[in-house]
Amino acid sequence: MMLKQLRPAFVLLVLMTLITGGAYPLLVTAVAQLAFAEQANGSLVRDASGQVRGSSLLAQRFEGVQWFHPRPSAGDYETVASGASNLAPSNPELADQVRARVIEWAGSPTKPVPMELVTTSASGLDPHLTLAAARFQASRVAAARGIQPERLERLLIEHLEAPLVGPAVVNVLALNLALADNRLPAPSE
Amino acid sequence: MHANDYWLIAAFFILVLAPAPWLGRYLYRAMEGERTWLTPVFQPVERLCYRIAGIDQEREQNWMSYCLALLGLTALSLLGLLSMLMLQGQLPLNPQQLPGLEWHLALNTAVSFVTNTNWQAYSGEAQLSYFSQMLGLGVQNFVSPAVGLAVLVVFCRALSRRNAGAVGNFCVDMTRAVLYGLLPFSLILALLLVWQGVPQSLAEYAQVVTLQGGEQSIPLGPAASQIAIKQLGTNGGGFFGVNSAHPFENPTAWSNLLEVAAILLLPAALVFMFGHYVRDLRQSRAILACMLVLFSLGLGTTLLAEHQPNPAFVGIAVEQTGPLEGKESRLGIAASALWATVTSAASNGSVNAMHDSFSPLGGMVPMFNMMLGEIVFGGVGAGLYGMLLFVLVTVFLAGLMIGRTPEYLGKKLEAREVRLLVASLLVMPVGVLVLAALGVSLPGPAASITNPGPHGLSQILYAYTSGTGNNGSAFAGFGAGTTYHNLMIALAMLLGRFGFILPVLAIAGSLAAKNRAPLDANSFPTHGPLFVTLLTLVILLVGGLTFLPALALGPLAEHFVLLQGF
Repeated sequence: MMLKQLRPAFVLLVLMTLITGGAYPLLVTAVAQLAFAEQANGSLVRDASGQVRGSSLLAQRFEGVQWFHPRPSAGDYETVASGASNLAPSNPELADQVRARVIEWAGSPTKPVPMELVTTSASGLDPHLTLAAARFQASRVAAARGIQPERLERLLIEHLEAPLVGPAVVNVLALNLALADNRLPAPSE
Repeated sequence: MHANDYWLIAAFFILVLAPAPWLGRYLYRAMEGERTWLTPVFQPVERLCYRIAGIDQEREQNWMSYCLALLGLTALSLLGLLSMLMLQGQLPLNPQQLPGLEWHLALNTAVSFVTNTNWQAYSGEAQLSYFSQMLGLGVQNFVSPAVGLAVLVVFCRALSRRNAGAVGNFCVDMTRAVLYGLLPFSLILALLLVWQGVPQSLAEYAQVVTLQGGEQSIPLGPAASQIAIKQLGTNGGGFFGVNSAHPFENPTAWSNLLEVAAILLLPAALVFMFGHYVRDLRQSRAILACMLVLFSLGLGTTLLAEHQPNPAFVGIAVEQTGPLEGKESRLGIAASALWATVTSAASNGSVNAMHDSFSPLGGMVPMFNMMLGEIVFGGVGAGLYGMLLFVLVTVFLAGLMIGRTPEYLGKKLEAREVRLLVASLLVMPVGVLVLAALGVSLPGPAASITNPGPHGLSQILYAYTSGTGNNGSAFAGFGAGTTYHNLMIALAMLLGRFGFILPVLAIAGSLAAKNRAPLDANSFPTHGPLFVTLLTLVILLVGGLTFLPALALGPLAEHFVLLQGF
């Protein structure tokens, strides 16, 4: 009796699995690969030689004064698996970390460090910086590379993404790729 | 707040509310088997399903058989998903060669997806194969909201039918909910998300050498198709561990807007679907008004709280902005606050920022939304039937005040219905307070707490609230991956799911059997500002007051400790 009642439910579950677990994702995959192949395969970015150097959506670690640095990562820029600090605002460890990062960024700073640069993001892979946080680093990068700060400022403005419904940001990997490939805006006259 | 924050919030409200009346009518017609613009596409599929499964779509069930069919499907789903997760090492579509999950994690995850909770004790990119994601979690992302929608439809029919024994056919309702309600919108949203940058591929993870010569593994997978239904079905389980904060899940401000609006798209439309069932759209507008009041209160509080600087950073040479720990730059504070309010108003539970690092009051709002039972829009189906229970409680209390037998839409509420109502009201307190109290009292389970002070209590309170509320978001620092919490949170999820579904179906059964008396001048009107006010107060008092002491010891205490300084 019970088995007879369960049969339609069981068959239905199998059918739903085929439709929603098979046909649906495969259809989306097929259309996505045709129409948006770039994004569907992880938004990979290449350098001047055509070599894949990462994904424009995933932050990578940058060390050294001549590069723009992304936000600190609680998961150490690990992509499998990504992670956050989950420190509570009241956790003394959070204030300690922020204090230590301020010193790392600026020694004893004359102006306040942008909050973004001393706090970890939710994903640990935040690929962006706001304009203020990128500008904060621009003078250091310009000095290290011996280029005019105005050229870097123009590079930042060129890379600025300002959607109507979200904050204006620049992509750190895109900036650094431009630096690595020497694709800088021409020096001003 | 900047100009783009106001644009975001305005666009969000438009995307949720503008299509709701049309979509509500469409869902009503689809669920009743009437002709819609998608009938030519899906009717052949629907008929084929019934033929293969041996379902007679004309044959309706009484509430008991309906309930048994629902439980049967749930049990089968649970068993199927549990074995799939444990055996994924032997199954195909596993390019990373991930092993099966441990039994308690597999059980927790299976319960979590079958109950539409989508609590994440696992991390998708590190622990689940594409097979498990697509054919396991993905399928339940469709089936579990369809079950919620089916239960809601039964409740609607019970209020609109007279002297009826039959309330519908479970298999038919579920099939229609999946095909007409969830599938078409998921297809559209999935492609929009790929366009914005969400991966959709079956290839293995890409291995690249970074600009500074490091190695990076780039996780891929059929993510967009999963994320679309994760939001539309108020599921919320992330394809990637950090959920919608992951740049691959939520790459741009636009994807963020689409996803956050998708969470409430169907729940808002269902309010209008209800109005079509009972042939009185004034009822819909009253309920929607109450939801909007509660939603706006929550949103305002989170926005305000998240824009306050953290007092613990005074004296540090850092810009004194709102907290950015656990938030993404491309999304910003306002989008994170909006998402936190939405995800907990609905039983979605996806996060685009880490609630654990929110300011104390900003983190309290999602907790409070869940404690109310996620009835402010709420999950697909589950939100509105939860809200209708509060409507019945309000009608009952109003009946006591004016000394008349309480009636809702001409249906008398009698002892049996009120007893069942009270039983459903006990689910949240028992699941949240009893299980969380047990968790903090036992030394082993309490060790999962990772933040000191009152916030530690908040972590465990949030976990059991999220489980019982079938939400799935977390104060994610909480070490939930132990055998104890995996099992107890699974228990909380089952309690929160069936502790509502069973009384709702039983009440529906007895309401359907009643006559529907015509409304007269002496009937208590259940629309208009007076009723909306009463309903809002009842929700806050009956639903919220129970949890005030617990909130005082957790987030409120943390707030005052922070203000005072260490």
